[in-house]
Amino acid sequence: MTSTPAPPAVKRGTPFQLPALPRLIRFALLIALDVAVFWLLNRLASLGYYPLMAAVLIITLFVNFVLIRREAYPLRWMLIGLIMMGLFTIYPIIFTVWVAFTNYGEGHLITKKQAIDQILDLTYLPSSGKAYSWTAFRSDEGDYALWLIDAEGNAYLAKPDEPLSQPQPGEMGVGPLDARGIPESIEGYRRLNQIQAATDRNLKNIKFGEEGKTIQIRSPSEAAELLPLYVYDPDLDAMINQETGVVYKNLRGTFTSPDGEALRPGFIEYVKFDNFRDFFISPALRGPLLRVVLWNFAFAFFSLLLNFSLGLFIAILFNDPDFPFKKLIRSLLIIPYTVPALITILIWRGMLNPDIGVISRLLYNTIGWSPQWFTDPWWAKIAILLVNLWLSYPYFMLICSGALQSISEEIYAAAEVDGANPWQKFWRITLPLLLVAVGPLLIASFTFNFNNFNLIYLFNAGGPPMAGTPTPAGHTDILISYVYNLAFSGSRGVNYGFASAITIIIFFIVGSITLFQFRYTRMWEEVGENA
Amino acid sequence: MPEPSFLEKLRTSAKTQRRFSIAIRLIIAMFLIIFSIFPVLWVISASLSPTGTLATQRLIPANPGLDNYHTLLSMQQFPFWSWFLNSIKISSITAVLSLSITTVAAYAFSRFRFRGRQTMLKAILLINVFPSLLALVAIFLMFSQVGDVIPFLGLDNHNSLILVYLGGAMGVNIWLMKGFMDTIPRDIDESAQVEGASDWQIFTRLILPLLRPILIVILILNYITTYGDFVLARILLRSNEKYTLMVGLQIFAGAQFQQRWGVFAAGALMGALPIMIIYLALQDQIVGGLTRGAVKG
Repeated sequence: MTSTPAPPAVKRGTPFQLPALPRLIRFALLIALDVAVFWLLNRLASLGYYPLMAAVLIITLFVNFVLIRREAYPLRWMLIGLIMMGLFTIYPIIFTVWVAFTNYGEGHLITKKQAIDQILDLTYLPSSGKAYSWTAFRSDEGDYALWLIDAEGNAYLAKPDEPLSQPQPGEMGVGPLDARGIPESIEGYRRLNQIQAATDRNLKNIKFGEEGKTIQIRSPSEAAELLPLYVYDPDLDAMINQETGVVYKNLRGTFTSPDGEALRPGFIEYVKFDNFRDFFISPALRGPLLRVVLWNFAFAFFSLLLNFSLGLFIAILFNDPDFPFKKLIRSLLIIPYTVPALITILIWRGMLNPDIGVISRLLYNTIGWSPQWFTDPWWAKIAILLVNLWLSYPYFMLICSGALQSISEEIYAAAEVDGANPWQKFWRITLPLLLVAVGPLLIASFTFNFNNFNLIYLFNAGGPPMAGTPTPAGHTDILISYVYNLAFSGSRGVNYGFASAITIIIFFIVGSITLFQFRYTRMWEEVGENA
Repeated sequence: MPEPSFLEKLRTSAKTQRRFSIAIRLIIAMFLIIFSIFPVLWVISASLSPTGTLATQRLIPANPGLDNYHTLLSMQQFPFWSWFLNSIKISSITAVLSLSITTVAAYAFSRFRFRGRQTMLKAILLINVFPSLLALVAIFLMFSQVGDVIPFLGLDNHNSLILVYLGGAMGVNIWLMKGFMDTIPRDIDESAQVEGASDWQIFTRLILPLLRPILIVILILNYITTYGDFVLARILLRSNEKYTLMVGLQIFAGAQFQQRWGVFAAGALMGALPIMIIYLALQDQIVGGLTRGAVKG
């Protein structure tokens, strides 16, 4: 593999003749990585984490391709970034899409195979069938053993979690047998007489023998082998109860009897478009969701309008190179923006506290009334907009004053010659030109606020709660905080499937706004340029 | 001679008009400044107020003292110092690594022409539109699964958190950086290439020094974004002494917010101060970055 001269068409992006050593190191590292990944894949497979396994495998193949193939040379420069993006951005997105088509959530957290295995492990003690007579032994440490004799007269020694054995006297510490064929002693154990055995509270709950062939005491005279309670019928896709004969059919990921009795655990099941259908047409969800969506748009829109207006107002006010203390004023005015948002939001939560917060007290003292900032649906919304105004107006002030300086004085001079008044100058010249410059940032800000989870969640946790909704929702909840409650709060059962479906809907909303923004700003074309 | 006197009048009247307008604007500025710094002043005052509850606080505290700071730093249940150091550690590591990833990748996008380049650039933008908050379920499950195999990359671990933050390194900032690099003429590196410099040498010796202003801006914005992140840290970190400052403050605020308002104020102030100082000291550079479309979370 000596280096061939680069084809003339590819000006850059072909490596110069690399010294042999770095290449050796590269391949050594690659092999080490592959070995490590192989080990990891093995472990993941043994634990049944197949989706993650697939992701790791695909990414590793990609890494190999990039490091081995010459034409992938430019990608080597961004390999680590691409790995991170693959694992922590793309994989979660694909995973979310998958979850959106399932009923993943409370009661449906494991695979169907795991659930069937767990249900098949359930056993019952049949009231008839093969039986043993038993004698109990107990050690000083509280361990138990059973001496069993079946109908044919075969004797067995049974201990918990050990297979049955058939020791002769003298083996395994078994002492000489008495007339009924029961050892008088077993080393380390004491034989219990019938009264002791009947009154021992632990004894009848202990399962003897290895798993799958366990024996339990049924009556003072009999012990019997436990049988599996359920049998899975793959044709019916149903569980059949062996004791009662009831058939539990698979109903959206839970085996359910005709009377509606459900077998736990349920499992993850594909539900096709059910989650999306629920979003759009389920009458139970439509009430709160419709309000959440409306407020979501209103919140993003009014936030943008208010924050931009105030920012622009300030920018115009001080758009004057000779204005005194200009630098100082600007520094003081951007202070809200410099405080981490979480801290700001929590501070405002304290200041707006309806009984004892400073703003409420101030209003009480001056006008004798103060709004219920947290419990009244409308005032809660206004409070959110107010806090967001404080948080973000400095950003708009900064970008607007930057953009204002780029508008040339000549245009204003020309307008003045034409007799335009300041009002007209603002609406006809300043605003349109400004919007061209900061338009993309405004759209970005809209989409940011559309998903401004921190503000909604930290300020009031979406509250005040709406009354009588099927899933928890509040009057200031936006889609994303609503989704968060669905997925994580768990007060009424987490529902990852539905949460993921809404996530994808949000993605489409925000994605189309962003695509519009790219068109509008012709960012796409910028990529194509040979810049 | 009427003409000069008329001009003079006009000039003085324009002067008074200007003075008047400046005076009005200064008054408006004063109100705006009160609006913008009142909460900060209020928090400073709360942190110095010895009574320390929300209800009793006045703007000028009666017997100002540092009691709240003492309480803050000596609480067993809420290890403020650990939170603070965790935040600084995580933000610093993330900011540097993320900047490195972004810069090297942007160099490739700016200087190499390869198949799929445009598609990748577009895809990076679009993928980052996906609300990362919503990938939380997947990320949470992923780390709980990986943690079963590799304990130091599981839940409740700073490494995991840093890795997740690095997942965002291939984001909008690549565009910003690439745009900046595109303005550096390619003649520079082509002449170096003729002299036999490798791509890596061109990048480190020639391009990187020219990028300094934008590097600082992106580094700082990365730092601030990570420092201020709440949700990811809240989901991935489980134990009290591993929390970041934002998670810790949120949890502290959840418990006894009203009674320990003073202590909270002290913590909030100490937490906010480093970022405020960075901002105010470097405001010109940061503003430059923001108007070019850099992101701050």
